[in-house]
Amino acid sequence: MSGMAGPGSDSLERPQGLRAWLDAEEPTSLRQARAQRAWRGWQAFLGHRLGVVGLVLVVGLVLVALFAPWLATYDPLIQVMDERLQPPSAAHWLGTDHLGRDIYSRIVWGARTTLRIAVLVAVIVAPIGLAIGATAGYLGGIADEVLMRVTDIFLAFPGLILALGFAAALGPGINNAIIAIALTAWPPIARLARAEALTIRSSDYIAAVRLQGASRTRLIARHVVPMCLPSVVVRVTLNMAGVILTAAGLGFLGLGAQPPWPEWGAMVAVGRQFMFDSPWVVAAPGIAIAVISLAFNLFGDALRDMLDPRSA
Amino acid sequence: MSVSSARTVPGPPAARARRARLGRLVGRTVSLALTLLGLMALTFLMGRLLPADPVLAVTGFEVDRATYQRVYLELGLDRPVWEQFLSYVGGIFQGDLGRSTTTGQPVAVDLLRVFPATFELALTAAIVGSLLGIPLGIVAAVNRDRMIDHIARIIGLAGYSIPIFWMGLMALLVFYAKLRWVGASGRVDVFYEGLVPSRTGLLLVDSAIAGDWAVFRSAFAHLILPASILGYYSTAYISRMARSFMLEQLGQEYIVAARAKGLPRNAVVWRHAFKNIRVQLLTVVALVFAGLLDGTVLVETVFGWPGVGQYLTRGLQYNDMNVVMGTVLVIGLLFLAMNTLSDWLYRRLDPRTR
Repeated sequence: MSGMAGPGSDSLERPQGLRAWLDAEEPTSLRQARAQRAWRGWQAFLGHRLGVVGLVLVVGLVLVALFAPWLATYDPLIQVMDERLQPPSAAHWLGTDHLGRDIYSRIVWGARTTLRIAVLVAVIVAPIGLAIGATAGYLGGIADEVLMRVTDIFLAFPGLILALGFAAALGPGINNAIIAIALTAWPPIARLARAEALTIRSSDYIAAVRLQGASRTRLIARHVVPMCLPSVVVRVTLNMAGVILTAAGLGFLGLGAQPPWPEWGAMVAVGRQFMFDSPWVVAAPGIAIAVISLAFNLFGDALRDMLDPRSA
Repeated sequence: MSVSSARTVPGPPAARARRARLGRLVGRTVSLALTLLGLMALTFLMGRLLPADPVLAVTGFEVDRATYQRVYLELGLDRPVWEQFLSYVGGIFQGDLGRSTTTGQPVAVDLLRVFPATFELALTAAIVGSLLGIPLGIVAAVNRDRMIDHIARIIGLAGYSIPIFWMGLMALLVFYAKLRWVGASGRVDVFYEGLVPSRTGLLLVDSAIAGDWAVFRSAFAHLILPASILGYYSTAYISRMARSFMLEQLGQEYIVAARAKGLPRNAVVWRHAFKNIRVQLLTVVALVFAGLLDGTVLVETVFGWPGVGQYLTRGLQYNDMNVVMGTVLVIGLLFLAMNTLSDWLYRRLDPRTR
């Protein structure tokens, strides 16, 4: 039970406290070593000021999405025809749209749509990319050739175009848009996981596990995949800005969330015809999209700089 | 493929090298052909397999039983899937992408008609992007962490974060509605349409050839804004790549040696380092076209530009699946062609790859 060597058990011979435990020269347990690595990573991350700004904004998005019912000042769907296209005021912080709906409240609720797309795409794309990439990289040979050929075919289309095609085929709707985006977002992840698996497959500990008689499935799932995971997580974060922009593009073209449900891209599209007289209808949701993709870009860049100092 | 053919083959070294090169060529051709087939399989999947009912996608929902049956047979849906796919591929090789239900024309004919507009837009954008992006990236690398580097970074971040359709709308709001500097939607003012004979399909070139400067001015006023917006996004990408290529070169020893010899910094950067990144930059410019094809769909929608992107979004609106499939396939083919071209250029121009 080496994991029990927590803050309490060291307290006799070392300065007390969590901080001291984290800063200790030599970790005495696996858990302490892991915690220390995370702690040092966190401290290095705090050095990236822009990355911290990005993280704060991403956390802000999550909070806004979670607490939307309390943050919104109006029902996002309620139409008040007497108050259509009102400029920003004390009653309507960001004005109202052509149906008299409060734009601020629609943006707050729209954060849920954006978060849902981001989370679901990540949840779909990471396992698929990992499974395909790790399998191809570890097995090599024909399996590698076939899987990477398929990956290349998906990469042979510009991302938005392919997502457009799939979204059109599947029909409009938020879930179909998520599937369409995921279909176009997994290939870079698979390529990355494959590259990682290629370097892992020849290492000694893999040979040792293989000699112990582990099956291929077990080897890939228990020993190759976990090693690929960190770089995949970073890559998914980095790609999230692109995912959000693609989702907004689909929404703008009418293929994402369907009206009247608030989605930022669709809000820009609907506001277009009223833009010249009431620019706030278009300005606010566009800024929301830009801020969130900027946040993911900053956060992702900082993560990458931390893990790969060469590209800094 | 290329690995197996490079294995030791008997014969003199020259013949061996030639055979190895032939083997690589065959390998590349085979993989290109497979990718092509894959592209078609994907668009086939989009059009025939994914929609809940491909017949309704063609006819619309209000259809009587007889028509439904006729279309069902016309689409060949009674045949096995592989047979349908073969006839789809066969059709493509004869230039048959199906017929658009909204324009009534074959999709291939429509695409040929709208392509020059997109080409003019994308080409101008790529030129803008290269002329701004390459110097910006290089100057940023040379002055690392100084003012110009920060400006380049902000331009890049904005390009990676701001939705292109929104930037287009905001630009329209400022430069068209408020300042009245540029034309609104379309390629040219309505009353100038069809005045100059189409030779190249590029309106700027055509009107210059015809010497009709009023049309030229109008076309320029319409082109400049969408092309600048698209060009801005290329600038963001190209400058980022140029910066990192340049930084890599500046860290090399030959740069230090050249500086130690007393060469001025500018000479080292532009005569030595730049020469070494030219080929890399060329491939980046080719790759930029992928981003341009993506962006052009949205920009054309915003600016009412009658090109491939607008054709595609119209097809989406009216659920015209042949248009969607055909356009996606053609864009995929263009992208594949650009990638193959840039690979080829890289191998031809960079002696290190030989």
